[in-house]
Amino acid sequence: MTAILAVSGLVKRYGEHTVLDGVDMEVGEHEVMVLIGASGSGKSTLLRCVNLQEELDDGQILLDGEDISDPRVNADLVRRRMGVVFQAFNLFPHLSVVDNVTLAPRVVHGVDKVAATERGMALLARVGLADKASSYPDRLSGGQQQRVAIVRALAYEPRLLLLDEITSALDPELVGDVLTLVRELAEQGTTILMATHEMGFARQVADRVCFLDGGVLVESGPPEQVLTRPSQDRTRQFLRRVIAAGRLN
Amino acid sequence: MTSQFQRDRLAYKRSRARRSTLIAVLSTLVFAVAAWFAITSSPGWPRVRSSFFDLHSAAGALPAILAGLWLNVRVLVVCEVLILVIGLGIAALRTLRGPVWFPVRALATAYVDLFRGLPLIICLYLVGFGLPGLRLTGVPDDPVILGGIALVLVYSAYVAEVFRAGIESVHPSQRAAARSIGLTHAQMMRIVVVPQAIRRVLPPLLNDFVALQKDCGLISVLGAVDAVRAAQIASAKFFTFTPYVVAGLLFVLLAVPCARLADAAARRLARREGAA
Repeated sequence: MTAILAVSGLVKRYGEHTVLDGVDMEVGEHEVMVLIGASGSGKSTLLRCVNLQEELDDGQILLDGEDISDPRVNADLVRRRMGVVFQAFNLFPHLSVVDNVTLAPRVVHGVDKVAATERGMALLARVGLADKASSYPDRLSGGQQQRVAIVRALAYEPRLLLLDEITSALDPELVGDVLTLVRELAEQGTTILMATHEMGFARQVADRVCFLDGGVLVESGPPEQVLTRPSQDRTRQFLRRVIAAGRLN
Repeated sequence: MTSQFQRDRLAYKRSRARRSTLIAVLSTLVFAVAAWFAITSSPGWPRVRSSFFDLHSAAGALPAILAGLWLNVRVLVVCEVLILVIGLGIAALRTLRGPVWFPVRALATAYVDLFRGLPLIICLYLVGFGLPGLRLTGVPDDPVILGGIALVLVYSAYVAEVFRAGIESVHPSQRAAARSIGLTHAQMMRIVVVPQAIRRVLPPLLNDFVALQKDCGLISVLGAVDAVRAAQIASAKFFTFTPYVVAGLLFVLLAVPCARLADAAARRLARREGAA
């Protein structure tokens, strides 16, 4: 299996506070890697670093073997190869749903408007939102907005999809639709790196799970191993808290 | 069919509303009568009426003032377009980040500080009399153009600050989303940030437009024959202040539609923010 993403010795500090303290991680092609850990453990920061939205304090990030943490690399060209979905959707409120989706293909990848719209509509139809194409994001429910955000990130066929706690801002009854969509993407072979609190989902869909604690990658492996037979004390403690909170089912 | 309680409640609310309207109308009438009585009974009123509200000189001055006002309107339109373009440009320069852009940011900041602090009338004198005084070839000597340049210089600084406030009010998550799909900084500003910023600052922009409308009358100090200058000439001819009142009323009439437009824009924005 070739690694699409390889992170080694990644360090990120905010002032005195070390958020990531030497993280090593690889994501292979068609693999779904799930990051778990308490709030503040560094999951989101790791995703932002991979998307070059943060300056690194040490370490290296390779995308398809290319060192994208090299400052001479054009970050705009790197970001085109990844799709990001955010916790708060971050759709563009002044653009219609279909314009949100076709913006990157048209402006960044030079696809002509007709072809971009055709593909955008096909993707929207796939997530059951074709009838909302000309609506504005404010008129959509949270679950619908997040599905549009996923389609926006997929519209330019990225090598790697980064999902940053994409269900955390949704009402419980809307989480299912979004997770079903992610599961379908995983089954179709999309390479995904996602941070989530949905342990049940992680167990079913992840190829591998990484547990982060205090900016350190404590352990990683297949979900049945990390989530049911963890080798580290810190992982066990975290899972006990999660079970106590009723989030692992 | 609504219940008895609801009908009682509605009836009570209607009676309160009627009472409020009645009080408002009465108090307004009382104030208007008192003000009218105070002014017309003042010892100087007959003289003031004949010099400020003389219908004969008003009618005589009107054509010249209207011709002057047409010049004001043309200056207004041309200047406003330039101000919006330059103001947005300066605002965009001020929001550039990174040490490379420091000189550009510093220049833009200095420009805003200078022309926001400089009184418009002094800027008019400096540009209107100083610029042609240099006797450089290509420098215009038309007071209308020179006055327009001064207005653009000062108002661009104000409008740049309005735009900057709008640009900075766009949430950082929008920038993150724009960059994540691969947009460059310039594309992000043009497609994502500025369109949202403009919607938000429409009411204050219209407010500055109304202010510019009347400040266009200041180009008269350079000798341009606009509405104010025409009023001044007519005032000397008829030996009354009435032409100034006429010009003033015309400026107010010009401003009213813009003020209503600004109100409507503000209301629409409030409704949209409320719905979101």
